[in-house]
Amino acid sequence: MAYDLEFEKPLAELEKKIANLQRKGERLKPEERFQLQEAERELPQRTREIYKNLSSWQTVLVARHRDRPYSLDYIKLMCEDFFELHGDRSSGDDHAIVAGPAKLDNQIIMLICQQKGRDMKEKQFRNLGLPHPEGYRKAERVMQQAEKFGMPIISLLDTSGASPALVDEERGQAEAIASILSVMSRLRVPVIATIIGEGGSGGALGIGVADRVLMLEYSIYSVAAPEAAASIIWRDSAYAQYAAEGMRVKAHEVYKLGIVDEVVPEPLGGAHRNYQQVAANLKEAIQKNLTDLKQLSADELLERRYQKFRTIGKYTRSEAPVT
Amino acid sequence: MVKEAVPLTEQTFSGKETKPVLPAVGNIAVKCTKCKEILYTRDWEKDLKVCSRCNHHFRLTARERISLLVDLDSFVEVDADLASIDPLHFATQPPSYPDQRTYAKKLEDEQRKTGLTDAVVSGQATIEAMPLVLAVMDFHFMGGSMGSVVGEKITRTVELGIDRRIPVLVVSTSGGARMQEGLFALMQMAKTSAALAKLREAHIPYFSLLTDPTTGGVSASFAMLGDVILAEPGALICFTGPRVIEQFMHIKIPENAVNSEFVLQHGMIDAVVHRRDLRSTLAQLLRLYSPA
Repeated sequence: MAYDLEFEKPLAELEKKIANLQRKGERLKPEERFQLQEAERELPQRTREIYKNLSSWQTVLVARHRDRPYSLDYIKLMCEDFFELHGDRSSGDDHAIVAGPAKLDNQIIMLICQQKGRDMKEKQFRNLGLPHPEGYRKAERVMQQAEKFGMPIISLLDTSGASPALVDEERGQAEAIASILSVMSRLRVPVIATIIGEGGSGGALGIGVADRVLMLEYSIYSVAAPEAAASIIWRDSAYAQYAAEGMRVKAHEVYKLGIVDEVVPEPLGGAHRNYQQVAANLKEAIQKNLTDLKQLSADELLERRYQKFRTIGKYTRSEAPVT
Repeated sequence: MVKEAVPLTEQTFSGKETKPVLPAVGNIAVKCTKCKEILYTRDWEKDLKVCSRCNHHFRLTARERISLLVDLDSFVEVDADLASIDPLHFATQPPSYPDQRTYAKKLEDEQRKTGLTDAVVSGQATIEAMPLVLAVMDFHFMGGSMGSVVGEKITRTVELGIDRRIPVLVVSTSGGARMQEGLFALMQMAKTSAALAKLREAHIPYFSLLTDPTTGGVSASFAMLGDVILAEPGALICFTGPRVIEQFMHIKIPENAVNSEFVLQHGMIDAVVHRRDLRSTLAQLLRLYSPA
């Protein structure tokens, strides 16, 4: 997989050098053989250095990389026996949210995931990964079903936000999200949410009110997509990079703020370089958290989940200013 | 029994008094921001700041709103001292942007301007002698945006309703989540919605009144979760603002799209109520939904 992001230029050059030398095969001169070994050693080292110090905006670019694994890739790699459920039983079926029961090793779970599209056609089919109200209503229906059958809920978050079209307003985007937020807070089964790419605004949070919230190392989580935030704060989406930095969107920053419980490591150079590896890491993290949560009674789960979100927020006490 | 609402000028505020922010055309008259009609300030205030020509409902401050809705002198404020901080040390600014104030500085300025610590005032009061707890948002404080303080005060209001077993009213007016508080702001959506889920389990009624504008993270959490949802006429009510919808769809949408009447027509709210009828409507609802 090529290094194609702007800040990966030195890596791309190294990779090109390696490819050129390798092409020579047997005709390599001794000093070229030495150069090849050097370059092959340098590449992972440089990658590690660059990825250790990614800026907020660079992380946004990795989180949005077109080859980054999407929800269906993880489902394929982590689960067996997935059966997709469709429709909100009211107005339609949303393709930006994929849901259904599956087997995770020996445990039946309910998956609820946001799904982006890779090529033009699939992007259109998935509405660029921006869920419609019927997506949240499908998710809510499926969550209540999971509760009925005692299945733990695993959700994967990957959207820059909820769909902002006029039809979405007509069908009640605000109500759909408000409703699922409140329903999720009272589900009597364990819920684990993971941000696997972009976690943007209420659109992502819509399936993210969970007992444990995990975040992949190079994913982002923010109150609004950086472009949207920039246009709200500075009336120009071109300032997105500043917004990304100010809002602290990187996984380790979000972890330090106490909003997520665990950062799941990604392979060297990002999840898109090794699907198997990142899926294995995620699966392990989900298994571990699920084992913990299964020790708790439903009442304990509910109270802890309530307190988890109840205690988020920073404020002080001071006298009202005099005008 | 329908009571005539008392005009604002004849009421006093029980809390700290703040100056209403008037559209500036001098003291004697104001200009309607919608139809450009010149209105005498005295008539306009008697009309509860509604344009007598085009029925445009001007935005009210939280304290004006409270005195409009509840019994005279019945309001007792709580948590008046909860104030915002800058939890992310949000200091990055595009160098070319004219306003270089940091979030911390902006907060200070807004507090001085409005006399509020943040964009919501909450407490307990009565309407026609029936008790309720209420939280009223104020658009004049950073566009009514929801950060930690707004979320916390709304949540406390709901919890107070659960504790005392009395109905809850939230009056919304907000541009959405406060970007400068990042995920802390986003999580207030989850926090308030979770508190309201508990309120529902306690079988205590929750009334939500939407005023201009109610958008973004506020509309997608507590504002849309009312057992009964009311809206003032002509208020902008949406998840995504019209400007963003237009950018996304590359079309022009009609001026009156995504307002109170639009959401009523699409089944998202229960009624559009004129400002002068709000108090009597709330009283009626309190009677009908009073916990047995």
